[in-house]
Amino acid sequence: MIRGVIVMNDQGKPRLIKFYEFQPVEKQQELVRSIYRILCCRAENVSNFVKVDSLFGPDVRLVYKTFATLYFVFVFDSCENELAVLDLMQVFVETLDKCFSNVCELDIVFNFNKVHTILDEIILGGQVLETSSSEVVKAVDEISRFSIFLSPSLDRGIVCVRFYWSCSLNLCRLERSGNSIWQGR
Amino acid sequence: MGSQGGFGQSKEFQDLIKSIGESRSKTEEDRIVLREIETLKTRLVDPNTPKYKLKEYLIRLLYVEMLGHDASFGYIHAVKMTHDENLLLKRTGYLAVTLFLNEDHDLIILIVNTIQKDLKSDNYLVVCAALNAVCRLINEETIPAVLPQVVELLGHQKEAVRKKAVMALHRFYLRSPVSVSHLIPNFRKKLCDNDPGVMGATLCPLSDLIKADAENYKDLLVSFVNILKQVAERRLPKSYDYHQMPAPFIQIKLLKILTLLGTGDRKASEQMYTIIGDIMRKCDSTTNIGNAILYECICCVSSLHPNPKLLEAAADAISKFLKNDSHNLKYLGIDALSRLIKINPEIAEQHQLAVIDCLEDPDDTLKRKTFELLYKMTKSSNVEVIVDRMIEYMMSITDTHYKTEIASRCVELAEQFAPSNQWFIQTMNKVFEHAGDLVNIKVAHNLMRLIAEGFGEDDGTADSQLRSSAVESYLRIMGEPKLPSAFLQVICWVLGEYGTADGKYSASYITGKLSDVAEAHSTDDTVKAYAVMALMKIYSFQIAAGRIVDILPECQSLIDEMLASHSTDLQQRTYELRAILNLDARCLREIMPMDSTCEEVEIDKNLSFLDGYIQQSIEKGAQPYIPESERLGMSSITNFKSEEDHESSTHALRFEAYELPKPSPTVLASSSLVPIPEPSYSGDIFHPPTSIPSASNRGPSELKLRLDGVQKKWGRPTYSSPAPSTSTTGTTKIQSEATQRDSASNTVYTDPKTRGTSYDSRKQQVEIPPEKQKLAASLFGGVSKSEGKQSSSSQRNSKRPAKAAAPHTAAVITAQPPPDLLDLGEPSISSSVPSVDPFKPFEDLLDLTQGTTSASAGGVGATDSSDFMSLFSDMSLNVQSHDIDPVSNVSNGNGLVGVTVEKLAQQSNKGPNLKEALEKDSRVRQMGVTPSGQNPNLFKNLLG
Repeated sequence: MIRGVIVMNDQGKPRLIKFYEFQPVEKQQELVRSIYRILCCRAENVSNFVKVDSLFGPDVRLVYKTFATLYFVFVFDSCENELAVLDLMQVFVETLDKCFSNVCELDIVFNFNKVHTILDEIILGGQVLETSSSEVVKAVDEISRFSIFLSPSLDRGIVCVRFYWSCSLNLCRLERSGNSIWQGR
Repeated sequence: MGSQGGFGQSKEFQDLIKSIGESRSKTEEDRIVLREIETLKTRLVDPNTPKYKLKEYLIRLLYVEMLGHDASFGYIHAVKMTHDENLLLKRTGYLAVTLFLNEDHDLIILIVNTIQKDLKSDNYLVVCAALNAVCRLINEETIPAVLPQVVELLGHQKEAVRKKAVMALHRFYLRSPVSVSHLIPNFRKKLCDNDPGVMGATLCPLSDLIKADAENYKDLLVSFVNILKQVAERRLPKSYDYHQMPAPFIQIKLLKILTLLGTGDRKASEQMYTIIGDIMRKCDSTTNIGNAILYECICCVSSLHPNPKLLEAAADAISKFLKNDSHNLKYLGIDALSRLIKINPEIAEQHQLAVIDCLEDPDDTLKRKTFELLYKMTKSSNVEVIVDRMIEYMMSITDTHYKTEIASRCVELAEQFAPSNQWFIQTMNKVFEHAGDLVNIKVAHNLMRLIAEGFGEDDGTADSQLRSSAVESYLRIMGEPKLPSAFLQVICWVLGEYGTADGKYSASYITGKLSDVAEAHSTDDTVKAYAVMALMKIYSFQIAAGRIVDILPECQSLIDEMLASHSTDLQQRTYELRAILNLDARCLREIMPMDSTCEEVEIDKNLSFLDGYIQQSIEKGAQPYIPESERLGMSSITNFKSEEDHESSTHALRFEAYELPKPSPTVLASSSLVPIPEPSYSGDIFHPPTSIPSASNRGPSELKLRLDGVQKKWGRPTYSSPAPSTSTTGTTKIQSEATQRDSASNTVYTDPKTRGTSYDSRKQQVEIPPEKQKLAASLFGGVSKSEGKQSSSSQRNSKRPAKAAAPHTAAVITAQPPPDLLDLGEPSISSSVPSVDPFKPFEDLLDLTQGTTSASAGGVGATDSSDFMSLFSDMSLNVQSHDIDPVSNVSNGNGLVGVTVEKLAQQSNKGPNLKEALEKDSRVRQMGVTPSGQNPNLFKNLLG
């Protein structure tokens, strides 16, 4: 099964942490830090797989991939196929891209609850639930629409109607323009 | 409102994230977060906060917790929010509780009710949200509360709900298999769901169920094969295509299930050959996901009942993986290789260069995977190279976890396959030196035992040689700083036992070294104790030999210091040492006999020799003995007593265990009062009927090796017997298919030139750096080492006979892989097959007779072994039945063919040469496998 999904930036700051077996907060932080330590010293052009049995127990591996400034990390055991998980990650990122149209780190920071929603449609309880990106987008859109329908007066931000960033928010060393995940590939 | 920016959050939240993003240090960040926590604390409890604001606060709380701060004060608000009617708020609430709470949290009980209600909701999105929470929050006790609703939802009209209900049930199964055992038919039914998503989800629980018990699901095999076929034929909706592959994730899941069902089941395996073959053919190996499927197919093939065609396809796929530039594919290739070698050990040899490249790759992941492969393919012929490599790598890494693993693997391999005791000791020294604190202490005991026992009783000189070399190497090593404690213990013990045994080193030199060790590790009491014991042994040997003991000043000061040690154990030992110094030679010869560690000491556990005495006492009216177990309430006292007694049996403090008329003091001390846990091993000193005060011998006996329960993997039976027979035991599994070799090895060979033959030809055929090639040969070929020593002139000489032998052999054994690829396990005849190069001149000729020859001329990995295997095995059978005859026939034939092509001058001894080459080669291999005292040169380099 999949043990956890972590998204963090290249400074090691967590952007999304989801463990499918409960981990106390301190443990989560420690794991994220250890994973970051492993990842940041890996060279380019090496494999995307790392054995992390020292952190998670025997036969647990992780697959990581960098998209622009973000590390996407999936931790899983021997029941999954490394290469397939790498593609599952791709499905996740493609879905994010569809939902946020041209996703970037800030999207994930500000809307991590929505990212959770998307992830929940793909992986449930550590098992791969859905692998078709379009199906996931459909489900997430449904949820968004329904939420609006139920509460028109509430926060509109959850809808996919997006207001483009007008003032430059100069943080996380990320410019909105021209630094989308897809150009980083 | 949240529309100020583009991210749908309030200004406040944006500012928070912005300030955290800009903070320069961890403390600054912490300050910001703590301020935020204070704000949230007040806002969340404020009854006037509007609901949509609450939602944002909760999200901010999640954010705070993600950064590692305690947000437990807000958990209850998350729980409250799950009660909300509004879907958005409800979802946020559920999200928060699934992230905040663990399934045994107290607050869960407040949510179960809400979940129950939501599972019945008309709005399927509410149901989905509840199911998400169910997957995370329901524990064993609360399963029954929601189970009926979840089962009902399996029939929900929305596929999204059905899918999640299946997953929830799967989760229940993982939590507590019993709770859903009656629902297994539902899983089977859901496999036929008309939504592919639901079907795909059902594969997850089924896969786990099958893993637990494959037999019960064999009937589903046909369905799985059918589904896989339909998926592969693109019958699923287009939306499941991914990079032009039809539903690849479902395919992979199905292949995993087929693997489980087909393992060890021939009939089941046969049913899936076709579909797996189809999929392998269809796979698009240019995409990632195509390769993922291909890899899964290889895994499947390697666990099914072997099918030559599929294995061939798998081997092809592996070679594609290994040749690819992508490290991911190389990694998978190595992994697949390690799976496939279980079925077909030859396959690794085709890829030896690729494997070596991976071994030297800077990518750590790949390297480790390759070490795993090597670990799996270790045998006695290549253990030295592999373990050397492992140790080298072990020294280079800092990760203790992996270091421990690789160290224990080194030990395991060395124990299992050690070609000689000498090598074993050298290897262990290296492992100890670099990872001594990480390996099991048993390993140290094993090592000491090996040094003590040596090769066996019948070969005294070899034993003392072994010991001297051990002593020498330890004297060299022990000066190094930061040696691990376990290793120092071994060193001290060996120096104590054998330091002065060969007379090369004087007692004062050794004792000086020992006191250095004790001084340098003044905080380690165990090492100090070992050092004191070693001193004691050396002094007593000196006294026993009638020499005058000259105690060095540093030793004296060490002794003085330890007499006042805080450790009673150390103190005790030092007092014993002092007592021993005052004894005379005769007495010490009794209690400290030289080199008696291996003496078996028989201990009469039942103390039957006392029977008469007891009988006598009872007759005189003494109380009979009540076994300890029958005495209530006394156990703690007796425990205490025995410990105490162990320390100081000469002192006045003595607790009588039971009312026994006082037996003679020696008996009391040595057997009845001191429970020796492993009596069968108690070393040299422990002779019950001795007149020496028990205090002086207690220490040594305690220090001795405790070999009980230690596995005797590398023990004597394997290596101490004379060479030919040893080889049979050492390589039984190899020999089983190659009985031929035995007969060959019995005949003596004299000509060392032929050895060079295969080595030489190897050189010609692969154009790669010699070191790599050598490594490859030693890893995969098995022989290398002794061959490598051959001088180049002999190689040159031997080239001719090999050439002459070529035509005939080629005709007969066209299928042979080139020699360096050969496994040790193959019948020995193969080893004489000449390499590619000599073939060249005759290629035309061969093509006429045998079209396939070109395959073997192709180079390293080109041979298509699996196809030819049958031919080959026939051949070896043939050889076996006719004993060596075919070989000689062969050589005659060879002579004939050779005449036509080669110069006659070389002809005269060609026939015998081939035969000899055979014999020699097998002999050489055996030497590599089982060197013994017979061939001391072999390990000269190790001894330095």
